[in-house]
Amino acid sequence: MAQAAIELIGINKSFGAVRANRDINLEIARGTIHGIVGENGAGKSTLMSILYGFYQADSGEIRVGGKPASIKSPNDAIALGIGMVHQHFMLVDNFTVLENVILGAESDALLKKSIAKARSELERLEREYGLEVDPDAIIEELPVGLQQRVEILKALYRGAEILILDEPTGVLTPAEADHLFRILRQLKEQGKTIVLITHKLREIMAITDTVSVMRQGTMVATRQTTKTTVGELAELMVGRRVLLRVEKGEAEAGGVKLAVKNLTVKDSRGVTMVDDVSFDVRAGEIVGIAGVAGNGQSEMLEAISGIRRAVSGSVMLDGRPIDLTGAADPGELRDRGLAHVPEDRHHVGLVLAFEENENSILGYHDDPRYLKGPFLDIDAIRDDARDKISKYDIRPADCRLKTANFSGGNQQKIVLAREMEQDPGVLIVGQPTRGVDVGAIEFIHKRLIAMRDQGKAVLVVSVELDEIRSLSDRILVMFAGRIVGERGPEASEGELGLLMAGVEHREAAE
Amino acid sequence: MSTPYAKLPAWADYGLIPVINLAVAFVVAGLVVLLVGENPFRAAAVLVEGAFGRGQGIAFTLFYATTFIFSGLSVAVAAHCGLFNIGGEGQGYIAGLGIGIVCLAFDSVLPWWLTFPLAIIAAAAMGALWALIPAYLQARRGSHIVITTIMFNFIAASVMVYALVGFLKPANSMAPQTRTFLDGAQLPKLNWVIELFGAKIRSAPFNISFLLALAMAFLVWVLIWRTRLGYEMRTYGHSAKAARYAGISETRIIIVAMMISGALAGMMALNPTMGDQHNVALEFVSGAGFVGIAVALMGRLHPVGIVLAAILFGMLYQGGAELAFEMPAISRDMIVIIQGLVILFAGALEHMFRPYVQALFASLSPRSVGIEAIKGKGA
Amino acid sequence: MDLFNAIIQVLDSTIRLSVPLLLACLAGLYSERAGIFDIGLEGKMLVGAFAGAASASVFHSAYIGLGMAILISVAFALVHGFASITHRGNQIVSGVAINFIAAGSTIMLGQAWFQQGGRTPALASDERFGAIVWPGADALRGVPILGPIYSELVSGHSVLVYVAFLAVPFTWWVLFRTRFGLRMRAVGENPAAVDTAGISVAWLRYRALICTGVLTGIAGAYLSMVQNGGFVKDMTAGKGYIALAALIFAKWKPVNAMFACLLFGFLDALSIRLQGTPLPLIGKVPVQLMQALPYILTVILLAGFIGKAIPPRAGGVPYVKER
Repeated sequence: MAQAAIELIGINKSFGAVRANRDINLEIARGTIHGIVGENGAGKSTLMSILYGFYQADSGEIRVGGKPASIKSPNDAIALGIGMVHQHFMLVDNFTVLENVILGAESDALLKKSIAKARSELERLEREYGLEVDPDAIIEELPVGLQQRVEILKALYRGAEILILDEPTGVLTPAEADHLFRILRQLKEQGKTIVLITHKLREIMAITDTVSVMRQGTMVATRQTTKTTVGELAELMVGRRVLLRVEKGEAEAGGVKLAVKNLTVKDSRGVTMVDDVSFDVRAGEIVGIAGVAGNGQSEMLEAISGIRRAVSGSVMLDGRPIDLTGAADPGELRDRGLAHVPEDRHHVGLVLAFEENENSILGYHDDPRYLKGPFLDIDAIRDDARDKISKYDIRPADCRLKTANFSGGNQQKIVLAREMEQDPGVLIVGQPTRGVDVGAIEFIHKRLIAMRDQGKAVLVVSVELDEIRSLSDRILVMFAGRIVGERGPEASEGELGLLMAGVEHREAAE
Repeated sequence: MSTPYAKLPAWADYGLIPVINLAVAFVVAGLVVLLVGENPFRAAAVLVEGAFGRGQGIAFTLFYATTFIFSGLSVAVAAHCGLFNIGGEGQGYIAGLGIGIVCLAFDSVLPWWLTFPLAIIAAAAMGALWALIPAYLQARRGSHIVITTIMFNFIAASVMVYALVGFLKPANSMAPQTRTFLDGAQLPKLNWVIELFGAKIRSAPFNISFLLALAMAFLVWVLIWRTRLGYEMRTYGHSAKAARYAGISETRIIIVAMMISGALAGMMALNPTMGDQHNVALEFVSGAGFVGIAVALMGRLHPVGIVLAAILFGMLYQGGAELAFEMPAISRDMIVIIQGLVILFAGALEHMFRPYVQALFASLSPRSVGIEAIKGKGA
Repeated sequence: MDLFNAIIQVLDSTIRLSVPLLLACLAGLYSERAGIFDIGLEGKMLVGAFAGAASASVFHSAYIGLGMAILISVAFALVHGFASITHRGNQIVSGVAINFIAAGSTIMLGQAWFQQGGRTPALASDERFGAIVWPGADALRGVPILGPIYSELVSGHSVLVYVAFLAVPFTWWVLFRTRFGLRMRAVGENPAAVDTAGISVAWLRYRALICTGVLTGIAGAYLSMVQNGGFVKDMTAGKGYIALAALIFAKWKPVNAMFACLLFGFLDALSIRLQGTPLPLIGKVPVQLMQALPYILTVILLAGFIGKAIPPRAGGVPYVKER
């Protein structure tokens, strides 16, 4: 057994009444790739933030290279040779690559020497690890894959021997992810220790030597990767058998409810995010959009729901056109029976500072049911909210409670209850179960299928491939703003993965 | 994002914490009094005595409070829509132009109860108009409303100087102000209400616009919490993205909220012009628009809180005048310092004492604090 | 030649009038580049002016005056920092508070200490910063064109004028050539990047605010100890806000800031010069229009009609660690 690079002994950390980490013990061997898996909220990121000095543990001990270490700030961590690549990149967007690399690691008070030193050091790293980046490029002009590379370079430039990567593949295409893994293997060969935090089991199996599983703030198991299976890890993660498939009958698809034709959407910088996309959603079916995050799914949802203006294309709702390039607004679409559960419930789907009952009319606040002339009908609104609370089992059952005080799963139920109870003809849902606890996932999936069975047209966008496969009657795969293939629910993960990666989609489509 | 502060009972949130903040502001103000060599406790006594000791003082306190209710409501309405209207001063000042024109035109032909509604409309319209341009620029061109409203304060000052030295003053006069309004543009006093309680008032400008201010406070409460428009404003104020999602037009809501805010700021000009001086003069607003910021923050953006905070500031203004008379080392500018300190402690530093209060509450009853607030946040 | 002399005079007063704007504008640049909005420039200048004139007249030294101006101004900047950095308060609210406290306390303390209606005693010449005459300035005065330019525009200003103009290249150098500048720009754009790089966001922002305080202190000292022979109440008269406008106009860049302040100073000088004088073609321009012009120009700029002014991205937002 190689010497331990990191030992964590009895780590505890609470935020208020929430115990994010309880009595964590972990040992990571030098020169290995160690994976940490767990659901959202299992405490992985908190643990790594403690190791990186971003938070201090309430109790427990950290040893680095066998010696007890006191890590009070990222500075201490950097001095101990710990580097971190954050899920959200910690880069200054309008700085050059060089400026980002030297930030915080400047050799003296003037920049000249630091810049020269960093330039030659970057050349060396490029040679040794194949980490090529133009040192004078501005960060915001680089693709995400390269931005992540800059993060890795930052850590290596600071002499990191231990590299922590937090959900590094969330924003990458499979090809970019493969490239990242090659780099990580190379780093391992050079003797670096790598900690990989993810909730994607496939990645764990592909690259790690050892893997630890976290659940609800505790470390439930550590395994040699070769001696475990995806099934075992999944079970350890959720604490019981994962419900991979929600039971559902055959779809009885009816007429076309939503027809999208040649939709093109650009983002604020003028980059084409959705490129000439066409598809139909019929009554009584669930169409799932699969794809790696950032391939235009979000922008497409926003355009169809009237939040974002489209550049060109047409959308027919119940056979009547919606002017998405001009005046369409979400209120009008709602009136026409299109309900939308947005991806970002914290900032879009809900107003967290509102009482629950105020959120239960958001978007429908101009419905005469809730109004008396220009005034709100407070009694009607609260009765309606109580009704939904009991129907959707929202807890705590208090319609006057501030929405911020509900858990993620219950917040999502508030949004779903609002949108589904309007009895819409078309329901579009972005990331139905992001940040939602397991129990609520099952509830939400069942509700979506019930909608389908009532003859509604349902469009689901999710980055969780399992979710798409389990819910959808038809699966469309999006890559680089285009729909690159359509499959049935029986399509294998590998087949969909290839499509999501955008490789050889012409052959795959045949 | 995590909620930085956990839950407190409502009475602590809306009562205890503002009181602590206010108390600290006054302690620091007391130190300034010490610095000029006076006794802060005696100063406080003189101040309170001056404000409430006699009917005269009470009338003046309420007269000042009237203006501050308007300006506080103005700031609060914009703030509920997520906008910082720092331009109340200019909106109030420019409203003087509308009031001046209406009063000069009608004071000889109409009774006050016909001139007054016309002047209200003129003042509100001018204030709203002056808020419209910054609002439009914020909504359509993304210009920061704080900066544009500041700029519009200065532009308003230039316009008013131009108008007052130009067409508003009588041709034969040197003073940059309108002629004195006739009876048809003088608001009736309310001093008799105080006299009903047995107090004696020589002369004080406490007038009927106080009732208008109270009516506006009620209407603002209805607007914010009981109308669809208010719901839309609050939605936008908390999250522009959620408002977009809910089909609320950003342009419309910004412009409507700012125009209501500007109209309220404009109405504050009625009290000093038609209610007191009976003319429109240079700089008649004299900072009341800015006092509105302190009043709104102190009142936690709630009309009831604003009325109370406005009376508090009215007391400071009236008591401060007495204080300057009694203690020559303390000038009336003491009020400006207190105002600044209140804005600092009740506004910018409003959360300073919260952790301590929370710790106190947590030690008293651990179950009341913070458990739900943090639940469900990704770790 | 009369026209030439008139132009020289207007340009000379342009320089004098731009200096306090320029110092305050650069002051704002430090704080806003670090991500802290500062509408309290006005108040900090005012306390600087008061502290400078008051201590210069008490201690009979211009330099002690300048020192005190800087000290008090920095203290107010630190209050702003305490509210907006340490306690993550609303930066605009805090700036407004500073302006009020400054306006009230300068008059009240001035009245209490000197009993001259809020004024400080008139400063004697050795208590002020006098003009520095450059070598040969008098001798060259007679040379046509260049003579007056050298002797009137270049020479004959107080040391603080030269300080203000030297602060421009210095600020540029600090911003783009030093470690502090790099970190300061980074913290105004993405404080989380700075935090994870192991640098204290708070301490960095405090240092930027100290720079702001130093410069507003000098700006205040210039007003009360160079432009005027003592402190008069409200003597900043909105210059802090014009400086803020100039900063936006300059898109947060030091050299642009100088030109923006010169432009606003020029407008001011011109409005004084042209008071009541009719212009050819245009006729009589109301002096109020000239005075309002900097504000109107800024509004037009903000409306996006003269290019887009993009502020530092993290400006106005208190830094909270995410988890």
